[in-house]
Amino acid sequence: MRLSDSILLRALREPAGMKGYDPETWDLLVRQAHGAGLLGRLGALVRAHGLDNALPKSVLRHLHAMLSIADRQRTAVHWEVHHLADAMEGIQGRVLLLKGAAYAAANLPPAEGRTFSDIDILVPKRLLPEVELRLTVAGWVTTHRDSYDQRYYRKWMHELPPMFHLERETSLDVHHGILPETARIRTRPDLIIEAALPLPGYGNIYIPCQADQILHSATHLFHEGEWWHGLRDLSDLDCLLRSYGCLPDFWATLLARARALNLLGPLGYALRLTRTLLDTPIPVEMLKLTRSSFRRSFMDALFRHGMGAAHHSLATPLTRPSEFLLYIRSHWLKMPLHLLLPHLLYKATRKEEIA
Amino acid sequence: MKLYELGLETLRQQLHEGLILETGPFRSRIVSHAPEVLSGLWRLYGEFPIHTGGFCDFHVRVDRVSGLRRWWRPQITFGLDGGEPFKPLPADHAFASLEWGLNWCISGHAHHYLMLHAAVLERNGLAVILPGEPGAGKSTLTAALVLSGFRLLSDELALIDRDDGLLVPLARPVNLKNASIDIIRAFSPGAVMGELAHDTHKGTVAHLKPPADSVARMAEKALPAFIVFPRWKADAAPRLTPHSQADAFMHAATHAFNYDLLGRLGFDLNAAMVDRCECFDFEYSRLSEAVRIFSDLVS
Repeated sequence: MRLSDSILLRALREPAGMKGYDPETWDLLVRQAHGAGLLGRLGALVRAHGLDNALPKSVLRHLHAMLSIADRQRTAVHWEVHHLADAMEGIQGRVLLLKGAAYAAANLPPAEGRTFSDIDILVPKRLLPEVELRLTVAGWVTTHRDSYDQRYYRKWMHELPPMFHLERETSLDVHHGILPETARIRTRPDLIIEAALPLPGYGNIYIPCQADQILHSATHLFHEGEWWHGLRDLSDLDCLLRSYGCLPDFWATLLARARALNLLGPLGYALRLTRTLLDTPIPVEMLKLTRSSFRRSFMDALFRHGMGAAHHSLATPLTRPSEFLLYIRSHWLKMPLHLLLPHLLYKATRKEEIA
Repeated sequence: MKLYELGLETLRQQLHEGLILETGPFRSRIVSHAPEVLSGLWRLYGEFPIHTGGFCDFHVRVDRVSGLRRWWRPQITFGLDGGEPFKPLPADHAFASLEWGLNWCISGHAHHYLMLHAAVLERNGLAVILPGEPGAGKSTLTAALVLSGFRLLSDELALIDRDDGLLVPLARPVNLKNASIDIIRAFSPGAVMGELAHDTHKGTVAHLKPPADSVARMAEKALPAFIVFPRWKADAAPRLTPHSQADAFMHAATHAFNYDLLGRLGFDLNAAMVDRCECFDFEYSRLSEAVRIFSDLVS
């Protein structure tokens, strides 16, 4: 079955149709949504469309359970950001929340029912030493103590080794870019920071502007090596595009931003895939951004098959090979070969450390 | 239709394709080729309703692992909808692994309920919650009470419904460990138990078949009335002493599976439950005396 014909995508495209589903359909839908990390979103859609009473009781219980988890995470993010704002008070620069944390803290369109595992922040590269020091003082510590890993992150990546808080045990990824230093595409994180919007009530904590939220989410997704949560991220993009798409001048701004940040490629993939799979309303001229080509069709197919990894009922015979190719691709995009090969060789031969 | 009505051979076939078993509010679709699972279900789940389709809460599988360990010191693995959350276990722990796996499915997913680590029994419309410190003798006491006419709601998981604050029955078999297996056999020679699984992480375990009446009434929720903290002590005379409600609240909060996760709702459900309950500590050495005290409590 084609991914776009699956019950999960049908439900996301036409939430109102869920009231007519029989128990067998729900049986498959709940499992697909759970696998894809979209059960909470389904719950939010059911709530938003007032379908609670039209659903089987047992299904509703699963949705309530997931919404409870999402609500809990939202409370936790607010608490975490509160601490983060305290730690960053008076720093000469902006601290941006990215993706899940930004959605939750600023109550953005994808927030309802969405779950996530860590908090991502973006800071100007010049502030990195000070940010790290302030975080350490406030109780966050680094996870990778191995000197190779530390060097790998600090020299080549766009983030510090992941940190976690000693008391609250929450994890935090500190980024100074949205792509690795060594990546094939070069972008301008300074412009994202410059255009960011303040998060009211949280000192100098910011979130990316609307267009940049979409560009960052798209860039993150289409550089990804693991695709089982691809559908979740695609659905985030759908939520963002649907709610910002009707704002005046939004599409022109998005296009201009994509050009300025050199992220037309990921945006093109995002627009085509959300349009094909989720019926996201997108102006025709935006879809003509990239010329149709064999390469483009091949990549679109690769992403579609890769996203089938969310649940075994969504997988096609091409899902495994696609996942493999996407994994290779993610590394290829991250680093040139003369860096990548020694790195993979080191990772493959290193003995597991004794914790 | 009840499980025993299938007959052993049809049950075997159904387990290969997927048996849909109803236990309280949950339906689990079980696939297994393990003989231990077949005999365990046949022996202990006879009275439970089974279904042929519809929505299932959990899609589980208990089967031999592939590769060398299929044949040499065979192992089984528990699967939930394609994922394998646990390390494989020796093949003869298959039924115990299904029981623990199903408990895990509930405690890890059923956040519609406030879930406490406690046994729940009922008589005369009054539910007794037994929070259990490990080694306190909770399962043994539960088994003895169930074999003496108390209705079994659960031996491990107290589920409090967020919609009405009532306790939700599961009515699944009682998990007995080590010495308590023989104690219960001596207490009630007619008690039906599953096969023993030796050398599990809990020692030797066996499951006690729930009474037919508890299974028949598993859709009937119960009103919380008592919280009793049991403690077995050699040669102690049975003694019921008051336990502070505030402490019972804190105990429930810290021993719940999802108190934090439910936030305000967890607090409200817990508070409403404790408000309704009389709380006691209970020290005992003989099961027959314990049963007498509990019968007086709910009369």
